[in-house]
Amino acid sequence: MKINIDGHIIEVDPGTTILQAARMIGGPSVPPTMCYYSKLDDCGGKCRCCLVEVTKGSEKDPRPMPKLQPSCVTAVQDGMEVKSATSERALKARRSVSEFLLINHPLDCPVCDQAGECDLQNLAYGNENYKSRFKEQKRTFEPEDIGPYIQLHMNRCILCYRCVKLADQLTQERVHGVICRGDHAQISTYVSRAIDNDFSGNVIDVCPVGALTDKTFRFKSRVWFNKPFNAHRDCPKCSGKVVLWMFGDTIQRVTARKDEYHEVEDFICNECRFEHKENVEDWVIEGPRKFEKFSVINANNYTRPLKKVKIEVDDLTLEGRKQDEKKISMKSSPYDEDELNAINEVKGE
Amino acid sequence: MEQREYTQEINITDQLMARINELVSHYPEGKKKSALIPVLHEVQDAHDNWLSVGLMNKVAEILDIKPIEVYEVVTFYTMFNEKPVGKYMLEFCQTSCCALRSGEELMDYTCEKLGVKPGETTTDGMFSVVGVECLGACGYAPMLQLGDFYHEHMTKEKIDALIEDCRQGKINLR
Amino acid sequence: MGRKILLENINIPGIKDYEVYRKNGGYTAVEKALKSMTPDEITEQVKTSGMRGRGGAGFPMGMKWSFIDKKSGKPRHLVVNADESEPGTFKDRYLMEHIPHLLIEGAIISSFALEANLSYIYIRGEYMWVYNILEKAIKEAYANGWLGKNILGTGYNLDLHVHCGAGAYVCGEETALIESLEGKRGNPRMKPPFPAVSGLWAEPTVVNNVESISTVPWIINNSGEEYAKIGVGRSTGTKLISASGHIKNPGVYEIELGMTVDEFMNSDEYCGGMMDDRPLKALVPGGSSVPILPVHYIFKTANGEDRLMTYESLADGGFVTGSSLGSGGFIVYNDTACIVRNTWNFTRFYHHESCGQCSPCREGTGWMEKILYRIENGMGTMDDIDLLWDIQSQIDGNTICPLGDAAAWPVAAAIRHFREEFEYHVRFPQKIKNRDHFVSEPMEKVRHLLK
Repeated sequence: MKINIDGHIIEVDPGTTILQAARMIGGPSVPPTMCYYSKLDDCGGKCRCCLVEVTKGSEKDPRPMPKLQPSCVTAVQDGMEVKSATSERALKARRSVSEFLLINHPLDCPVCDQAGECDLQNLAYGNENYKSRFKEQKRTFEPEDIGPYIQLHMNRCILCYRCVKLADQLTQERVHGVICRGDHAQISTYVSRAIDNDFSGNVIDVCPVGALTDKTFRFKSRVWFNKPFNAHRDCPKCSGKVVLWMFGDTIQRVTARKDEYHEVEDFICNECRFEHKENVEDWVIEGPRKFEKFSVINANNYTRPLKKVKIEVDDLTLEGRKQDEKKISMKSSPYDEDELNAINEVKGE
Repeated sequence: MEQREYTQEINITDQLMARINELVSHYPEGKKKSALIPVLHEVQDAHDNWLSVGLMNKVAEILDIKPIEVYEVVTFYTMFNEKPVGKYMLEFCQTSCCALRSGEELMDYTCEKLGVKPGETTTDGMFSVVGVECLGACGYAPMLQLGDFYHEHMTKEKIDALIEDCRQGKINLR
Repeated sequence: MGRKILLENINIPGIKDYEVYRKNGGYTAVEKALKSMTPDEITEQVKTSGMRGRGGAGFPMGMKWSFIDKKSGKPRHLVVNADESEPGTFKDRYLMEHIPHLLIEGAIISSFALEANLSYIYIRGEYMWVYNILEKAIKEAYANGWLGKNILGTGYNLDLHVHCGAGAYVCGEETALIESLEGKRGNPRMKPPFPAVSGLWAEPTVVNNVESISTVPWIINNSGEEYAKIGVGRSTGTKLISASGHIKNPGVYEIELGMTVDEFMNSDEYCGGMMDDRPLKALVPGGSSVPILPVHYIFKTANGEDRLMTYESLADGGFVTGSSLGSGGFIVYNDTACIVRNTWNFTRFYHHESCGQCSPCREGTGWMEKILYRIENGMGTMDDIDLLWDIQSQIDGNTICPLGDAAAWPVAAAIRHFREEFEYHVRFPQKIKNRDHFVSEPMEKVRHLLK
């Protein structure tokens, strides 16, 4: 089947969605997504971020579709022509969706652990001069404790349903879901139950925003101060293939490996995610994680082979000592005597 | 989440269970969950018109589904009450056609008469006054629902009489 | 007197009961259909009738039936949509309450046409007493051999049950209704796949409105051709209109499509003119979702033609000067009605009823309600009016189901036709303090202030 997206033509298999076809093409034609998740069944169509204009339905029925279509759940028809980045209408609708998603969002990025790897931040940033026209009081939710591993910030949630689909498809007994309705709909267990099973931690990875974050990583460090490494261990429960987010030799957090669309490659178990952070030796470190997307985390390139985790920046940076953490991004301030001694000590090791 | 703290005595009588089984029989083998909403109605009716967490868990057990599936449904639909309500719940339609014909004034009047705000229950647990959206009686506005029945073309005088009838136990809810 | 199809026998005492219904020609259409017609012939008759779905969208019913997937061999279902919740619409309830067997008879024939063996009537939970009426009527139908195994010895089996909702307007949307029937939250599904291919329990399903299904027995008895003779053009047959608001005789009326709006509004047989003889200000002709019409577009179209009670005439002029027949919820407003307050009221309704799945509807309906609440209470600004316009335009067409459109259209139409009232609210907050401010000072009297 042939589809034309913004003038790029590609052959795809029947059943491919417009979004998947756009991702095969790549570049600016790829619509943003907040709710779609290729690794989860029946996940998508809700956020309306990926709306595209279908200017020709198919070779058989060339009429344009009157409404914008959610590309993530719309199947390609042979001869279809789609405008994504070239459609003013679609771009306007996407900007509106971003505005809608932000009106009740707390915009608490300064204290949000997701900041720096947040799809909502990226979506909003893509709109350039965003200025909210929302003057009303924001909707808020009562906090709910869902156990020792996962932090739920309902106010940040955009109701993508990914975590619900994940619990349905990956775990034995789903204990959380969407309760209430309309703009009061919320992710909840209803009875403040812990979401606790071997794979529950994956909800953190699939959450596009800071609604579900790693409680064991909470306020530890901004994500961009950590260096991600591909690592693995022999795990009886999952593939054991993870990303270790390191500060020096310290493992700050463990996540699954994500692709350029922030979708995990393999879901990992809670043991890998939460219980092997003390000891780097538990892991076989494969090397620095490469990112295909622009990311602050990519700003520093890893040039040295990995022995002790060491990166070509300032001397003490990322050596993992508590007192050095704040040194990052402060290149111009000179070291005092104690620090210089410390540097020499480390170098002498 | 204060409403979660309320508890209620759960009593699935044989008669209620028979009715539940009858409702379940309306759906094919393996589609027990389909009976959820009708079953919740029956169970709620038999338990002072509200559903505690314990009762919802019981329904989940009867229908072989997860408790969260029941919570999701109960909180979605407006007719299920998650906390105790008055014995007589006066549900006033507030939507356009009723509002055009003084439905709002009538609800204000009732609230004042009973000394409650919308959504509240009288201290004796007898009456709740609730504003609801369109009940499909627009031509007979203003109206209210009490139990299974509609009371239409309402006036202040009819409200007075209805409340009096409730107090005297003359009103059937089902 | 216009021709009556649905309400022909409504005044016969006891028509609610099986015996009386049967004595008056009830269930003869089932006999005719099951014994002398094939499913395809029935579908053909319904197609010929030109009957358009009475739930609001107006999609030709026979066409919808012909889409049902019979090839897959999966069980098929008819689901009757009795989740009537559109503000201004109360016709289905009237039919089910007064002549329940008509619906059951229609459901049997329709199920037979669809080759469905298990069908449901999904009724809104608030109509609990009607639920009980239907349950009783279904039992009577079973007892008399119209339902169950081997109906009339034809070998055709059908089980029909009534299923209740529990308070959710969105379940009137067919895929949300199906979800609800499966015991889930009423979240509309993505389409495709359409229910005709994958509906209830992923099996082919047709969802039709009560009024549509209740018309089927007449079509079978009298032929689709006869039905098509009633009405005008593509608006064939009769339609139930639920009339409410500031008129003398609110209620449910059956009209032949093609009657003028003027006649329906002013004839004593129908609405009987305006309540208290106050001047007419606006009309919502098809339920809360459709655009409100100002007085100068009610009886005449923008071209100066008579406005008729038809799908086409009411839609004449598009949304700029026209509206829609929708589900036939005919709401009349006199000069005491405040359009801003009414729009806020509608928007509050849609905000309350949004399922919360897709972002434009979930966030947009609440936002619009908050803005309208401020304007209505004298706390609005001129920018708010433009902002409202912008918000509705970005909900319209961009949501999963039509609830988003339904929330957007009334706001758009109110601003389009009654912008001056919004401006009046913004500029003269002290004058609109009381919700009945137009009673003593209708717009006519204060319009000069805006100049």
